[in-house]
Amino acid sequence: MEVFLQQLINGITLGSIYGLIAIGYTMVFGIIGMVNFAHGDVFMVAAFLAMIFFLLLTTVFGLSSIILALIIVLVIAMVLTSLLSWTIERVAYRPLRGSFRLAPLISAIGMSIVLSNFIQVAQGPRNKPLPPMFPGTITLMERNGFAATISYKQILIWVVTAVLLAAFWYLVQKTSLGRAQRACEQDRKMAALLGINVDRTISLTFVMGAALAAVAGTLYLTYYGVVNFSDGFTPGVKAFTAAVLGGIGSLPGAVLGGLLIGLIETFWSGYFSIDYKDVAAFSILAIVLIFMPQGLLGRPEVEKV
Amino acid sequence: MAGATRKDTDGLNAAAAVKDAILAGVIALGIFGPLVGLKSEQNMRNELVLTTRWGLVAIIVGIVIVGRFLLTTVIWPTLRARKMRDKPAPTAAQIARRSAIAKWFPSTSLVFLFLYPAIVVSLVGFQGSLKWVDNFGIQILIYVMLGWGLNIVVGLAGLLDLGYVAFYAVGAYSYALLSIHFGLSFWLLLPLAGILAALWGIMLGFPVLRLRGDYLAIVTLAFGEIIRLVLINFRELTNGSAGISSIPKITLFGIPFDASPNGFAKMFGLPLSSAYYKIFLYYLILLLALLTAYVTIRLRRLPVGRAWEALREDEIACRSLGINTTNTKLTAFALGAMFGGFAGSFFAARQGFVSPESFVFMESAVIVAIVVLGGMGSMIGVALAAVAMIGGTEMLRELDFLKAVFGNNFDPDQFRMLFFGLAMVLVMIWKPRGFVGAREPTVFLAERKSISSSLVKEGHG
Amino acid sequence: MSAAFDTIAPEVAAPWADDPVLTVEHVSMRFGGLVAVNDLSFSVGRGDITALIGPNGAGKTTVFNCITGFYKPTQGMLLLKHASGDSFLLERMPDFRISAKAKVARTFQNIRLFSGMTLLENLLVAQHNALMIASGMSILGVLGVPTYKRAEKEAIERARYWLDRTGLTARADDPAGELPYGAQRRLEIARAMCTGPELLCLDEPAAGLNPRESADLNALLLGIRETEKTSILLIEHDMSVVMEISDHVVVLEYGTKISDGTPLEVRSDPRVIAAYLGVDDSEVEKVEEQLDEIAEEAAG
Repeated sequence: MEVFLQQLINGITLGSIYGLIAIGYTMVFGIIGMVNFAHGDVFMVAAFLAMIFFLLLTTVFGLSSIILALIIVLVIAMVLTSLLSWTIERVAYRPLRGSFRLAPLISAIGMSIVLSNFIQVAQGPRNKPLPPMFPGTITLMERNGFAATISYKQILIWVVTAVLLAAFWYLVQKTSLGRAQRACEQDRKMAALLGINVDRTISLTFVMGAALAAVAGTLYLTYYGVVNFSDGFTPGVKAFTAAVLGGIGSLPGAVLGGLLIGLIETFWSGYFSIDYKDVAAFSILAIVLIFMPQGLLGRPEVEKV
Repeated sequence: MAGATRKDTDGLNAAAAVKDAILAGVIALGIFGPLVGLKSEQNMRNELVLTTRWGLVAIIVGIVIVGRFLLTTVIWPTLRARKMRDKPAPTAAQIARRSAIAKWFPSTSLVFLFLYPAIVVSLVGFQGSLKWVDNFGIQILIYVMLGWGLNIVVGLAGLLDLGYVAFYAVGAYSYALLSIHFGLSFWLLLPLAGILAALWGIMLGFPVLRLRGDYLAIVTLAFGEIIRLVLINFRELTNGSAGISSIPKITLFGIPFDASPNGFAKMFGLPLSSAYYKIFLYYLILLLALLTAYVTIRLRRLPVGRAWEALREDEIACRSLGINTTNTKLTAFALGAMFGGFAGSFFAARQGFVSPESFVFMESAVIVAIVVLGGMGSMIGVALAAVAMIGGTEMLRELDFLKAVFGNNFDPDQFRMLFFGLAMVLVMIWKPRGFVGAREPTVFLAERKSISSSLVKEGHG
Repeated sequence: MSAAFDTIAPEVAAPWADDPVLTVEHVSMRFGGLVAVNDLSFSVGRGDITALIGPNGAGKTTVFNCITGFYKPTQGMLLLKHASGDSFLLERMPDFRISAKAKVARTFQNIRLFSGMTLLENLLVAQHNALMIASGMSILGVLGVPTYKRAEKEAIERARYWLDRTGLTARADDPAGELPYGAQRRLEIARAMCTGPELLCLDEPAAGLNPRESADLNALLLGIRETEKTSILLIEHDMSVVMEISDHVVVLEYGTKISDGTPLEVRSDPRVIAAYLGVDDSEVEKVEEQLDEIAEEAAG
């Protein structure tokens, strides 16, 4: 029971991070039908930005309140990551819109290589460890010397994820921006005819996805306390798996998929073998796509003859 | 009056261009400021500290501003003007020249490829030739072969496979394990590795047959990663991330390349040199690559090849014409995988060492990039892309003079993949269809005419 | 006079029921709750040109997709009989085998050519299965065995024959995507004919054609029936095509058959008129009267 509870808590934490990244994939796929391969690396850059600004605030400016530092870091990371993603869309994807379908995918893979190697060159190939933050834990249950605990960090991650998802949900469901976005998703040509600025809407989709990836990056850094230039790929692919599992194009699906992937990964490590946890994630991706390509909450696609 | 108006708009344009360039500079500052300007490093106590490099940031931002300004004021208008101007119809001489190039380029480059080691040796001697034959010749040819192998799947059949490196790994590990444990020779294991890889191709191909588009790409990516992760974790067999070392070398039909009395050098009374082995390997991979090309070119003109291309164009129409699309896709997967397996076993023999590190997703991405940058389906294009991308990035290793510019800590090798990625993006923007976009028909009634790339479909994968 | 309209029932006596190439029996197709085809039965006579007509959304293309195996009908039987006596239950066969073995070829409403391949290549792809055997499943072909060369030459001859028949020989080496619309329609028919079909299914072959092209199409289809003895089943909106060339017309509305007979019979069927004009039952009689008058005038 304790082990189960512990894995559940860890899984939800990890799943929140995957879910936040997955939204970026699912929104971009929904609106322009493209797998934004560089999104995982955008998340990694966000974690680096968070690390740099956290250091700047605590060591250079001597800010002592970790919470305050974290809030400032979160805001800066969101702004700068959005700027980065906006620029990438502008430079590497927009010129290819409406051309050969593979071109944007190749361009995105190229951008992913650029981002991770740029960080490697600019910040060095070594791991970047931060001093531990919020070290405390709450013991929920204890028996036979094994305790199920929830750390302050985990609570923080849950709260931040929940608040930002709610804000994001409001943005997409209730504002004109969200309406424009959903219109473009349905039919881009028609939306343009009705006076929606499609280019701007697509840019904003990238910006929103990146802002959530920045939240994920900051939380990832807080949780693990370390980041490396190669950390974009695996979480990126897992988040994409989450988006697919939940039904690509569906926002609640992305969050649900993220939680499921997080849970599967932690339970697999907890009960079976930590070695094969990534194999489990990739196998699920393959199985879902093969047998249930519309995902859990997605719309089925009918072959038109 | 008209002149004044034009001047006004020019002035306005200039002002807008300056504004635009400054905006680009601000964005560059926002992105590069923290990531380049503030470098995190571990100090003696293993704590991260920041060091600043504002000079470097200033240079980068400056380059962005000037670059953007030139782009909007000079480069784009010129390009646009060139596009607007009606292209004069190519003269007879131009057409003749073009078709002469198209006709002679493959055979001349083939002759060059066969003479390449001799040219290198005559220029820099045996010892000096090592680097040129190995790093450039062999390395590029491995990617040419991989590109041509994957071209069957991606370029002809239109199935985007992002896990091609898995078959390369199967080939490499097949040779490594079977030669070490059973002492079998390369010449026996080469076809065996190809067959094993082809079987894996069918096994992995079967479940993904129903998938289309990006989904196919992602599942193949997942399969590639699963195989790599199994190689890492199945330590009993593969020795995990440590890899397998001291894999036997290839012999020239029983003659080993070593210092023993019956070795190659002694046998032919030559001075000992490791260059012979490299040159031998060069010719081996050249022949393997040419085998791939030969088989592909032949198959393209056979019903199965036409069915692949038809599949890329329209799968439903294929089914309505009685083509078993399942088998057609599987043959493409199997053949592509087989050539990947050949290349893999060659790779293992050449390195003498394999580890899962060599089979990461990035390798698959590089191979796919070569196929797409080359122009899907075009053999020449794929070869050119491999030369440009692999040769180009290998060249970066040679740029030691940059150390004089950027200081001794500068390691151009680090920038290799960065430039590779940038090149991928830029080539896609410049030529989304790749270097050679036009398609050559496989058969003709009266006259062979190239087919414009805008009509050729890219497949649903 | 109204007795003339009771022509739906006597199917037994209909000539197309004697030796049908295709018998559709009680076929239904449901997509979730939507019934696209409901208990449909009809026969396609050997050597006939049979038209399947009906308003938009009547389920005509769905019937085609069931016949050619792209959909599996929820219920019912589709029996195809060759002149040689071989018969096939189409609902049990995967799509590509229906073309390869049962010899049913089709065209598509939104033309599906291999646009990046030349016309000749399009027609060679259609002869894939025969060529595949001749190339020894590619193995002999790679080795360059002469038997394959011969088979390919024959295939090219056949392709040239169909290019001649459709008037496309001059453009044989151009990519299919460059052809004008009407020529693309003809090429699709030529491609289907290259598979050597017993039954040719055409999904709106005259859509988007100008009157001249439409007339050429009629001549082509009549010619195909004449020389190849191929039975033709077509979906068509253009009534001039339907009335001019078809021997037998089946009318669908909301997935149900509402009329079945010769063009003349169907044309004067009040239910068909109602379906096309969208009038309600009380007005049908009025239309009938008008038609009677027209018929009388014509007779007089």
